[in-house]
Amino acid sequence: MQKPKSADANFALTTSPTPGSAKSDPILIADKITRQFGGLTAVNVDHLEIQRGSITALIGPNGAGKTTFFNLLTGYDSPNSGTWSFNGKNLNGIPPHKVARLGMVRTFQLTKALYRLTVIENMALGARNQKGESVLRSVFPWIWRAQEAEIRARATEILRNFKLLEKQDDFAAALSGGQRKLLEMARALMVEPEMIMLDEPMAGVNPALKQSLLEHIKELRTEGKTVLFVEHDMDMVHEISDWVIVMAQGEVIAEGTPASVMGNEQVIAAYLGAHHNEDLSANLEGA
Amino acid sequence: MDFLFITQQTLSATIGVNTIIFALAAIGLNMHFGYTGLLNFGQAGFLAIGAYSVAVPVISFGIPLWIAFLIGIFNSIIFALLLGIPTLRLRADYLAIVTIAAAEIVRQIARSATFNEFLGGSDGITGKFGKDFFALNPFKSGLDTPILRFNANDLWVVITGWTLVAVITFVMWIMVNSPWGRLMRAIREDEDAVRSLGKNVYLYKMQSLIIGGVIGSTGGFVYALSRQSVQPDNYGTALTFFAYTVLILGGAARVFSPIVGAMIFWFLIVFIEQILRQGVTNDLIPDWLIGVNQVGQIRFMLMGLGLMALMIFRPQGIFGDKKELALDAKA
Ligand SMILES: Nc1ncnc2c1ncn2[C@@H]1O[C@H](COP(=O)(O)OP(=O)(O)OP(=O)(O)O)[C@@H](O)[C@H]1O
Ligand SMILES: [Mg+2]
Repeated sequence: MQKPKSADANFALTTSPTPGSAKSDPILIADKITRQFGGLTAVNVDHLEIQRGSITALIGPNGAGKTTFFNLLTGYDSPNSGTWSFNGKNLNGIPPHKVARLGMVRTFQLTKALYRLTVIENMALGARNQKGESVLRSVFPWIWRAQEAEIRARATEILRNFKLLEKQDDFAAALSGGQRKLLEMARALMVEPEMIMLDEPMAGVNPALKQSLLEHIKELRTEGKTVLFVEHDMDMVHEISDWVIVMAQGEVIAEGTPASVMGNEQVIAAYLGAHHNEDLSANLEGA
Repeated sequence: MDFLFITQQTLSATIGVNTIIFALAAIGLNMHFGYTGLLNFGQAGFLAIGAYSVAVPVISFGIPLWIAFLIGIFNSIIFALLLGIPTLRLRADYLAIVTIAAAEIVRQIARSATFNEFLGGSDGITGKFGKDFFALNPFKSGLDTPILRFNANDLWVVITGWTLVAVITFVMWIMVNSPWGRLMRAIREDEDAVRSLGKNVYLYKMQSLIIGGVIGSTGGFVYALSRQSVQPDNYGTALTFFAYTVLILGGAARVFSPIVGAMIFWFLIVFIEQILRQGVTNDLIPDWLIGVNQVGQIRFMLMGLGLMALMIFRPQGIFGDKKELALDAKA
């Protein structure tokens, strides 16, 4: 297992493994965030910090509120109460596209490939500050052609890493479920985010590809990017995350290094309480 | 049967004034629906605004026609903003509801007695508001050949009208193949995904609504000028749905489909009508089956049948790609 190369390499050792603990260099800070759906409290996070330059996993049983929490942080949903900030900037009421421009880009659990666009078009769309996206300049191709070529070159590079290059001229709808997951992650990288939030990036991706994807995610950390991901695959969580946050019934019930969290009785109980999944509990206990 | 006459009538209609009007209406809808996925069911409202905007300023206020064109474009931008500001942040269906209602409101205002003085009530406006335009007509006589026939004024409208269609189609072709066009198509596929990439979807949908609306209103210019009159009831919901028919005939999200769709639409309507009319008057079709007065309705019935057949055998339209259409099912 590769050792973390975050800005603060020792952060996992020096940070207190308690829910809501302070981080040495937080990029994202959330405070007292609640979200109710009718009588159900889907999210109730008292305090949470995400360390800059780390890979943090967000785990928890089905219905724990992970996706809802993602939606709140990225402006796709508004909380009933609470504040949160990214890079010191308050994000209350900031719409999704501005959150993305600030450098926090997310993917979706239910993949949102743009079906009737080709794979390369999906990718190119992600690039920032495109001259050709202005309605007036779009009419004069010579203004944007050079930039478009650069964007496509960069997209091609990323597609090669994600083993999607042969598919570049196919419609995204013609991809398999796993390939769409990959495309969505690759497209998010086109935005050049400072922090990337992945909602179950490995769901449906085959084991061989999973391994190379893990390497790509680690590489993001090497580049100084922050990764926050939701995942049910404990092997992956164990292998790449510096830090793990556990949610259950909307609350953060534990956080810490992968090893410490997976031995935590409360965490095991939360998973078993939610559904009796033998595989998962074996996984957790084995950790 | 006078086949030469049928041919002349049909071909003249295929490239005639109505084809131009419907092509422009459908080009606008193609921007909205084909490329951006916006359900605008009020395209007739944009045409009405275009038509009244050229007639009223000239007739009632003595404003030059060229300025009236600018007023028409300005008004349709305002109309697009009024439709878009409250609805484009909401789900797609809201735009559909609001546009269908707004276009009816436009028509009802136009025909109401309250504004009779300027808008002419239910009779509309008839007058020589197009004289500046026809003064430029270089053709002293019309065109009269065995296969095409236009009077001098119509010939001028047809030539300028097709020039307008060509210019708009060319610009649109560049735009939809630019990164801007890619962004529009992406919005059609999934707005939330586009937002997650840092794009202001609301702004782009507004641009689409304005551009498609302005193109539609130029169809209104042609409508008003070609007839030298504006009748409010010509701008009802039927106009919008015919424009959709034209678009779907050609195949949505293809630059040339509104043009070809409009040509086929008018070709069929006039061809069927002429055949029926000649059949009835020459006693080839018995009176008990179709009377002379029923031809007008029956051509639309046959047209409807034809469209159903098209949807069954070629659902993607003339230019559409069947594979691409199948993707719509969101596999
Ligand atoms: N739009 C909504 N309306 C009502 N209830 C919702 C809505 N979205 C989520 N919920 C509820 O909120 C809770 C949290 O859902 P969420 O999708 O955040 O879970 P999750 O942790 O992402 O689960 P999974 O691992 O299965 O993806 C669930 O009980 C869910 O039923
Ligand atoms: Mg989820």
